[in-house]
Amino acid sequence: MKIKSQTDLWSGIMFIGFGLLAIWISRDYPFGTASRMGPGFFPTWIGIIMTVLGVMIAASCLKAEDEDKVGKWAWRPMILMSVGFLLFGWGIDHVGFVPASAALVVIGAAAGTQFRWKEVIPLAIGLVIGCWALFIKGLELPFPLFWWR
Amino acid sequence: MEELFANLALGFQTAVTLQNLIYCFIGVFVGTLVGVLPGIGPLAAIAMLLPATFNLPPVGALIMLAGIYYGTQYGGSTTAILVNLPGESASVVTCMDGHAMAKNGRAGPALAIAAVGSFFAGTVGTILIALFGPPLAEVALKFGAPEYFSLMTMGLIASAVLASGSMLKAIAMIFLGLIFGIVGTDVNSGMSRFTFGASGLADGLSFVVVAMGLFGFGEILSNLEKGEEASSRDLLNAKLTHLYPTWEDIKLSTGSIIRGTAIGAFFGTLPGAGPTISAFSAYALEKKVAKNPEMFGKGAIQGVAGPESANNAAAQCAFIPTLTLGIPGSGTMALMLGALTIQGIAPGPQVMTQRPELFWGLIASMWIGNAMLVILNLPLVGLWVKLLRVPYRLLFPAILTFMAIGVYSVNNLDLDIYLTVFFGLMGYVFVKLKCEPAPLILAFVLGPLMEENLRRALLISRGDPLVFFNRPISATFLILTILLLVVMILPAVRKKREVAYQEPPSA
Repeated sequence: MKIKSQTDLWSGIMFIGFGLLAIWISRDYPFGTASRMGPGFFPTWIGIIMTVLGVMIAASCLKAEDEDKVGKWAWRPMILMSVGFLLFGWGIDHVGFVPASAALVVIGAAAGTQFRWKEVIPLAIGLVIGCWALFIKGLELPFPLFWWR
Repeated sequence: MEELFANLALGFQTAVTLQNLIYCFIGVFVGTLVGVLPGIGPLAAIAMLLPATFNLPPVGALIMLAGIYYGTQYGGSTTAILVNLPGESASVVTCMDGHAMAKNGRAGPALAIAAVGSFFAGTVGTILIALFGPPLAEVALKFGAPEYFSLMTMGLIASAVLASGSMLKAIAMIFLGLIFGIVGTDVNSGMSRFTFGASGLADGLSFVVVAMGLFGFGEILSNLEKGEEASSRDLLNAKLTHLYPTWEDIKLSTGSIIRGTAIGAFFGTLPGAGPTISAFSAYALEKKVAKNPEMFGKGAIQGVAGPESANNAAAQCAFIPTLTLGIPGSGTMALMLGALTIQGIAPGPQVMTQRPELFWGLIASMWIGNAMLVILNLPLVGLWVKLLRVPYRLLFPAILTFMAIGVYSVNNLDLDIYLTVFFGLMGYVFVKLKCEPAPLILAFVLGPLMEENLRRALLISRGDPLVFFNRPISATFLILTILLLVVMILPAVRKKREVAYQEPPSA
């Protein structure tokens, strides 16, 4: 037994996981009958089919034609971009649009391979002013600018 | 015929107001601008710009969105020709001969032929919609729940069959999309499903969140993974001197444009197919019929004219199933339908009779949008080139910020931002595992509709699943679906399908 295609194996596992999760959660919803479908009917069936497909995909990793590795994950951009976004979501309600979007630009830029304060500071200032003019002034979106208003 | 002209007249009356022309212009301009940026396809662009249309009247909003749609398609080919970087998947093919032409100092004629081909294809597409929209809508009015269910099944399976990569994975992605579509309150029982107790999910996942996560956030991640060198461009510094194609160019490309348009119109109308497969097929066909096949890949103008016309015709004809049946044929069309719903219009065959000004206005504005693209693009090429010189490290934080604001502005809900992160990371995982996300987003939109129609169909038949085969129209759709699957499983066809997606980049 040799795993040839890592991508097939892992995507199979992913679909099995989602399928089982769907079946598990749908237990709480009345299943009903075919003529009177309950809220659990459709998701349960989808979960079952997805699990079966997942097994088929995972099994195909053995007979794949070429080797297929998943490769390295870009952890740094993944973490930094997520943190920037999460901070923006929290920040726009709690500290206002200006600090939230400035933080997103700076943290987001840090996700790239090259980060220069000399470029990022003007970029952040320019973007915040531009977005303020476009979205808050122009499109009248009701975002608070800072935490005091 | 007379009715057609009356309808088109109504359409032009609606579209040609100063206000709507301005919306159309803004849409085309912004769309091209975003389309020129590498790594943002039409789907992410429309998702990003959708919130900007919320405050507009319905006709204006749709006109602007249609403008954005064509603009992004067109912007993608500009980038492909000038910097060998496809702005979106449909222009991968244009890169080869378009960029080769640019290297030979013929960027101008390549851009001009792409514009003319797109405009011709767009015009034909507009006429086709005007001709076939009304009769199709009439047929659609006779559809019951079983027909709708079977049609949607066919569309979803077609999207999986035509997606690149493993078909099994694409089908699994459909089911994943259906599950995401179920999140929210069940219409029949009032029960919340898959909401994990979050009140913000009671109305379901917002498609802006899913699209932006999968196609915006996830895309940026995989671009960053490739590093700066991959996004460094081989931008031509040579000045664009002569824009106009020679007589020889025009003679060579006329046939290609017509053939490309026909291919695009065919694939565009099929639910589930789209511009990408049209462009690939058109390229393959042009290479077969050309008298100078050895020139392909080295700057054959037919290799630009055919695919460019095909992808624009497909983009245009994708509106046919969307508007007449209320069933989107692609993720992008799903977004357009979402925009309709946000404007308080229930999409479907009744739109044409109940809101004729909206339907015909949109069709007229498609043509105006296409015309504007030709006028706008050639003189503005210089501007787009300047934009392409902005390095990616400065571009992507800006895209991130626009995305965040766009997502948040839909519901003013911080939960939406958090969910975008989830779908963004999922999108990146999908790329890494070679799972094509396009079928997922289509299934996500169709999910609730499919459940509802399945429920109704089975209620009428008292639980007998044969109802889908007893009714002729429904049975036809299902038989076509099964045929599609069977044909794809045949080893010979499977090989061909793999080749169809691989041939152009290596050619």
